[in-house]
Amino acid sequence: MAQVHLKNVVKKYGSLEVVHAINLDIEDGEFVVLVGPSGCGKSTTLRMIAGLEDISGGDIEIGDRVVNDLAPRDRNISMVFQNYALYPHMTVQENLGFSLKIAKFSQSEIDAAVQNAAEILSLTDLMDRKPGALSGGQRQRVAMGRAIVRHPDVFLFDEPLSNLDAKLRTQMRVEIKKLHQKVKSTIVYVTHDQIEAMTLADRIVIMRDGHIEQIGTPLDVFEHPVNTFVASFIGSPPMNFLEAQIDGGKIILQDGTALTMPAGYAANEGQKVTFGVRADNIMPQNHAMPAGNNMALVEMEVSLTEPLGTETLLFAELAGSEVQAKMLNPRPVQNGERLTFEISLDKCHIFDAQTGNALKAQ
Amino acid sequence: MKRFKMPPWLVLLLPAIIILSAVVLIPLVLSLYSSFTPYKLTRPESLYKWIGTFNYEKALGDTKFWAAFGRTILLLTIALNLEMLCGLGLALMVSKVTRGQRALRTAMMFPMMFSPILVGFQFKFIFNDNVGLVNNALQSLGITDMAIPWLVDGKLAMFAIIFAEMWTSTSVFAILILAGLFAIPQDPLEAAKVDGCTPIQSFRFVTLPFLMPFIYIAMAIRSLDVARAYDIVQIMTNGGPARRTELLWTLIGRTGYVDAKMGYANAMGYISIFLAIFFTIYFFRKLTAARAELGMGV
Ligand SMILES: Nc1ncnc2c1ncn2[C@@H]1O[C@H](COP(=O)(O)OP(=O)(O)O)[C@@H](O)[C@H]1O
Ligand SMILES: [Mg+2]
Repeated sequence: MAQVHLKNVVKKYGSLEVVHAINLDIEDGEFVVLVGPSGCGKSTTLRMIAGLEDISGGDIEIGDRVVNDLAPRDRNISMVFQNYALYPHMTVQENLGFSLKIAKFSQSEIDAAVQNAAEILSLTDLMDRKPGALSGGQRQRVAMGRAIVRHPDVFLFDEPLSNLDAKLRTQMRVEIKKLHQKVKSTIVYVTHDQIEAMTLADRIVIMRDGHIEQIGTPLDVFEHPVNTFVASFIGSPPMNFLEAQIDGGKIILQDGTALTMPAGYAANEGQKVTFGVRADNIMPQNHAMPAGNNMALVEMEVSLTEPLGTETLLFAELAGSEVQAKMLNPRPVQNGERLTFEISLDKCHIFDAQTGNALKAQ
Repeated sequence: MKRFKMPPWLVLLLPAIIILSAVVLIPLVLSLYSSFTPYKLTRPESLYKWIGTFNYEKALGDTKFWAAFGRTILLLTIALNLEMLCGLGLALMVSKVTRGQRALRTAMMFPMMFSPILVGFQFKFIFNDNVGLVNNALQSLGITDMAIPWLVDGKLAMFAIIFAEMWTSTSVFAILILAGLFAIPQDPLEAAKVDGCTPIQSFRFVTLPFLMPFIYIAMAIRSLDVARAYDIVQIMTNGGPARRTELLWTLIGRTGYVDAKMGYANAMGYISIFLAIFFTIYFFRKLTAARAELGMGV
């Protein structure tokens, strides 16, 4: 069990800097998810924690030790790789027990630990097979098993579910969550899938281009994104953005539509802004929006509907931009139908149009 | 009545079959036949006298033959193992080189391009007891003041031959093992690091199993080579001193041409072929097992 601290950690490949002085403090037993688009430096960061990549600057601490110059084997970590990285010439049994064998545990201790891990991950029937004779999901479980037979200070996961089909992925997500509740170790988990991040994390770290954009609990980053990037990355469907200007205490959209301004932005009078609102907060009038909210009313033509079962996504156009709205308890809506929508102003976000940063309500 | 018609594939293959049998089969059959005769080069008519398995029985009872047989196996075992170890070391070092690796890989091939005859002369000079490089170097460095009889002493001569074999052919191992090193997936190696392996343990438990198929291929190729070794030995020691470096094929060559006993030489040759066949089968078995171990199928 250990905390992990990243202090101004930099990674350069030659002259190309791919991770820019990031700072991150991870509590003991915390489940932290690094999320961001492909190529943003998540794996690199994780591999620096693992010791598989040298760091070009800064310090990494695990527990109370600075581990900058320690080999992976001296860091007491386990890692699950994206493509599993099983030993193809060893059986499942040998794969699971390998780290303990290297650590010179007695055979009886190894057998007990391997048996235990195999039971947790339902691998008992596969023990004599080689990885080549396993399905993707089974390999994935072996990779997890290999990580949990030891009791490392920190578990590192690099997109462990991205090679699985959707159903298996959901299943394994639950397993990983359960596993964390059972072993209570510190976990650093990398994914590009925001749903995985939201469902698994105690705290989410959102990265872009080698920078950390925001760190917070899933609810925190969902409700208070610090900029348009986080706002569009977290949440599905992505947040709607409309270019606008604050004028005369109102939000004026590009086609002149005036929306009541949420409280607290009087100081930003005259500023060009990006008005952001999620599909959940745009609904047909008298539909299901909780009463008592501060509403703006707009009329829009529905161009497309996407029924999802319990809810339906409605695509419409507002002030020249496409927006997505949501409707619970679906009723038939025709394409081309004009509806009045309510926009919940208490749930909307206002960003600086230039920088994309969220404007703080005063 | 239907006339027999050859299937078209046979018709098409016929020219190839005829040429192949002329080129491959006839000499083989001829030499096989002559091994059942007392054929002597000096007496052509002896080719038509059938003496059954007499030559084979004679060879199997000939201590000189068995001594050469044993020495060939000894050379094969020592040379192959040393070449494997040196080739492995060389490949590991070259694989770590980042600059000029291409040039190094080409340079590694040079010894293989030399004719064995040339290699033989080269080492005959290097190990010469009077004017040889080795003795000169040892004497100038003051390590010894006597001339060491490299090619005259039986044990030292064998050593010199093994050295020459290694010089020419270590790169066969190095090149094949290098190809293996490039083909190794990186992930299991990283997993091994995280699982606590020291570099040596990573090598032992992950890299080496991956390399085994490549090593066995090199072994198979080289075992055929060494089982047929002739030219280098012929040049360096001519099987001497007093037959202490006599190998199967130098013995057979001597029997066939110097003693002119062609039939007998051919009989020994056919027995010796089993040695090559045995090693080939042995290493291919090993290869198949090593591949199955890696889940590569057969
Ligand atoms: N060995 C390398 N050499 C040069 N650039 C690399 C290397 N590995 C990764 N990069 C670059 O570093 C950036 C971050 O990569 P990575 O951490 O793998 O991203 P991801 O967030 O998808 O895991 C990418 O732009 C990638 O091209
Ligand atoms: Mg990655």
